[in-house]
Amino acid sequence: MAVVKLSSGYNIGVEKACCTLVSPAPASAPHGVPVRQDPDLPELAIISTGGTIASRIDYRTGAVTSQFDADDILTAIPALAEIGRYRTKVLYTILSENMTPAIWQELAKAVYDEIKHGVAGVMVTHGTDTMAYSAAALSFMLDTPVPVVFVGSQRSADRPSSDNAMNGVCAASAAKSELGEVAIVMHATTNDDVCAIHRGTRVRKMHTSRRDAFRSIGIPLVGTVDYSTRAVTLTDEAVRRGTRKLALHDKLEPHCALIQFYPGMSPDLLKAYEEYAGLVLSGTGLGHVSTALIPQIKKLIADGTQVVMTSQCMNGRVCDRVYDTGRDLLAAGVIEGGDMLPEVALVKQMWVLGNERDPKKAAALMGTDLKGECMRRSAHGL
Amino acid sequence: MDCNESRSTVLSISSDGNLVLPKTNYNDVGLVAGIEIHQQLDTKEKLFCHCPTTLLDNADHTGEFFRYLRATESEMGQIDRAAQEEMKRVRKFQYYTYKSTCLVENDEEPPAPLNEEALGLGLTIAKLIGMTPIPQIHVMRKLVIDGSNTSGFQRTALVAINGALPNGGNIETICIEEEAAQRVKDDIFSLDRLGIPLVEITTSPCMHTPEDVQQVAEYIGMVLRSTGKVKRGLGTIRQDVNISIRDGARVEIKGVQELDLIAEVVRREVQRQQSLLAIHEELIKRHAGVGTEQTDVTDLFKETKSTVLKKAKKILALVLPGFAGLVGREIQPGRRLGTEMSDYAKKCGVGGIFHTDELPAYGVTSEEVARLREFVHAGEQDAVILVSGASLKQVDCAWHQVAGRAKVALSANPVPEETRKMLEEGSTAYMRPLPGAERMYPETDVLPVRIDNARWNAVVVPELLTVRAGRFEKDLGLDPAIARQMAFSERLPLFEQAIAGGIKANLASRTLLATIKEIRRDGADTDKISDDAVLAVLHAVGKGTVAKEAIPEILVAVAGGSTVEAAMAQLAPTVSRDELEAVIKKIVTDRAEFVVQKQKGALGPLMGVVMQEVRGSVDGKLVSELLRKEIEKVLAAKK
Repeated sequence: MAVVKLSSGYNIGVEKACCTLVSPAPASAPHGVPVRQDPDLPELAIISTGGTIASRIDYRTGAVTSQFDADDILTAIPALAEIGRYRTKVLYTILSENMTPAIWQELAKAVYDEIKHGVAGVMVTHGTDTMAYSAAALSFMLDTPVPVVFVGSQRSADRPSSDNAMNGVCAASAAKSELGEVAIVMHATTNDDVCAIHRGTRVRKMHTSRRDAFRSIGIPLVGTVDYSTRAVTLTDEAVRRGTRKLALHDKLEPHCALIQFYPGMSPDLLKAYEEYAGLVLSGTGLGHVSTALIPQIKKLIADGTQVVMTSQCMNGRVCDRVYDTGRDLLAAGVIEGGDMLPEVALVKQMWVLGNERDPKKAAALMGTDLKGECMRRSAHGL
Repeated sequence: MDCNESRSTVLSISSDGNLVLPKTNYNDVGLVAGIEIHQQLDTKEKLFCHCPTTLLDNADHTGEFFRYLRATESEMGQIDRAAQEEMKRVRKFQYYTYKSTCLVENDEEPPAPLNEEALGLGLTIAKLIGMTPIPQIHVMRKLVIDGSNTSGFQRTALVAINGALPNGGNIETICIEEEAAQRVKDDIFSLDRLGIPLVEITTSPCMHTPEDVQQVAEYIGMVLRSTGKVKRGLGTIRQDVNISIRDGARVEIKGVQELDLIAEVVRREVQRQQSLLAIHEELIKRHAGVGTEQTDVTDLFKETKSTVLKKAKKILALVLPGFAGLVGREIQPGRRLGTEMSDYAKKCGVGGIFHTDELPAYGVTSEEVARLREFVHAGEQDAVILVSGASLKQVDCAWHQVAGRAKVALSANPVPEETRKMLEEGSTAYMRPLPGAERMYPETDVLPVRIDNARWNAVVVPELLTVRAGRFEKDLGLDPAIARQMAFSERLPLFEQAIAGGIKANLASRTLLATIKEIRRDGADTDKISDDAVLAVLHAVGKGTVAKEAIPEILVAVAGGSTVEAAMAQLAPTVSRDELEAVIKKIVTDRAEFVVQKQKGALGPLMGVVMQEVRGSVDGKLVSELLRKEIEKVLAAKK
């Protein structure tokens, strides 16, 4: 079928045979008017990787795709120009499910370069699906003295109700605030009122489509941004600007995996991870898998794979000392992942195994809090 | 004939300065009109989610949230002019959620696939009007950022094109759309209505008199109701009317809910456009102009008694040389050129404007007007507009809106293309410029739907209600007016069910059209009477166990919460023929003297006594027959 746009603006599909090509369609939509930048405002960097904060229709598939560059983001959200002046860099234009550890490394390097250049803060536009993974990855790879703020939108930028404008404005406000760590800034509620600032290692997308899908797990928000006043409020726990000295440790061990246990899971599945450097298990409850899996886990560990246990409960701490299975797992050499989120434990494992060769030291690092990912105390409930 | 010439011969001005229109010959003014009919469909679920299509009381809302909306570019990189106008001020929209609404209405979840039931109805209506279906239907987003859609757009899909009207006109398109949220007040909206399927039928501009327009609307309404699957009641069908006259402009009037008002709306719009053309002519004669200088007159009104001007942070004046008397001239009942300017200004968030044609008034004194005129160097022939508001930004925006509208009055096209909303009684107010094709953007979250020959051929076309009425008249022997009333009634399905069950047509139509209406008028809650209850009563009458005279009382009891069985037992206990004869015999014997005195005239009064005794459980005809025999017997005996 060929899609024809009528003069009324409606599209209809008709047989291709009915159509005569008059001229080919323009390659891309014409750009809007460029936004003027105020030289007196602090300089911020926008690194775009894609995602719905800057997406529009792709006539190839008819679905939404990311094809804006960072300048387009400024055109799309003119209010950004009232907050800062911007250096923009298009690193990738991909949907976030296509992210890879190699791209995280490139992204960490790009952010590092911007901070080194002297920007007051960095915004990373990112698809929301795997934003939390990337935020965790940068948290481990980068010691940053300035805010590094991930931002996206849950409703695509080509709709009048998109959350991109509010999220963008709040992220820019956070990027020039007193924050000094990697964070995600997105809607805090379904209203267009407040954005939440989440720590990059304790945040999760908890809803497929709501604006307030991102939630801090196990810790309170590290701050909020009021949309109407653009005021940023940071809690005492938030790492402050200038606390850390700029450094990049961007080695990662990509041969790590995360699997979720389910009742009746075959031990054969674990065989696929032989030769892997690391494996994170998302176990049940306090951190369990069935007894049937233990021999295979034992074998993996004996062959040099680091195995870390986390819980699919998301909330709470792993404790493998309460029940028999847990004790058997510990005896097999499984490392308790504390209260780390399973996917954060995976990213951390990639970073730890990429930077530490000694298995004992690596195991110790997995249990050590590096960037707020692992709390010594369980201060909060659900 | 030269158009200017025709204008000056048609129009005159009354002594109070208002326009006097002779009886309009609509052919001469070149009236061209078309309509868009929006009808809610009675589907089980909404168009793009699985919520029910029922409306709830605002007081029953379960939650609230608020959002802002922003104009976005079309896929061609343009911003629609109507959307741009709505963006002149930041508006915060608040929404009510209900038990019956979900995340799709909240714009928090992608839409479900296009509702097949609604699409099927759209195709049925299309086939009924002889239209051509679109081979592959694409859902579009029609940009609407007045808050009535949480998404900022209304989803719509073109389903078929090119249908025929009995008057020889053409139905251009039929679309399936989602209904907008209902405005509770100001910028608060209720989400229960959002997403109910609508069918939108657009005619070509094929009508030339106000009556034509009304008739076509009536015809299309009949076609829609013939499906038996459209919602009924106020607000479930709305007409938008497109009108232009020669030298005028296309104006779309939205939301005409009452069919009876359509012709009046057309008449008044013709009057408005003619008046604007006459004002234009007068302005040109006077060599009128539009001032370019924004004069700050805030200080002039520091001590004013006008509450509006007193609380204003900023007041700007606009001089309109040569406009005196014309800004205040009526262009349709209750509307003046000044009202039009005021509506344009309101888009910036100001409450309205003052103009010298209406001053002194509203607490502004004649001294203040004189001082104002002097301050801005305005002569007697000039009008001065005052724009006041809460900030310079707001007032500056409104000032430019008014100046822009004044320039239009002077321009070669003095009637602006606009979307207007209907006010009470048929006058209209400016809403926004006519939207263009730029407001359309593909709905990327919904897959296109193929309508192939097999699907189109399978669409069953229902009988038109007019045809059905003819059939009721011919086959069931109903009176023509009753037949039509029955065919067009909401209770048509129940009527057909009763007829199929062997109930006599006259009994069924009288009960459904008259009896139920009468007892409702007398206070019975007839919504509580189920179709099954009505059928049970009708069948009892048909079998002779209940007299038809007892129907109202039984239905009143059912409306009051009684079961049909209990109501019939209480109000129409079954009486056998023997029992009836015994009752009649006793009554006549007891009143033998009365019978002798009144002779055959005793029948009437005694009828009432018997009916009361048997409590409506026997047919009146039978009672009358037996009573007559008994009276004759008594009279014969006395002789």
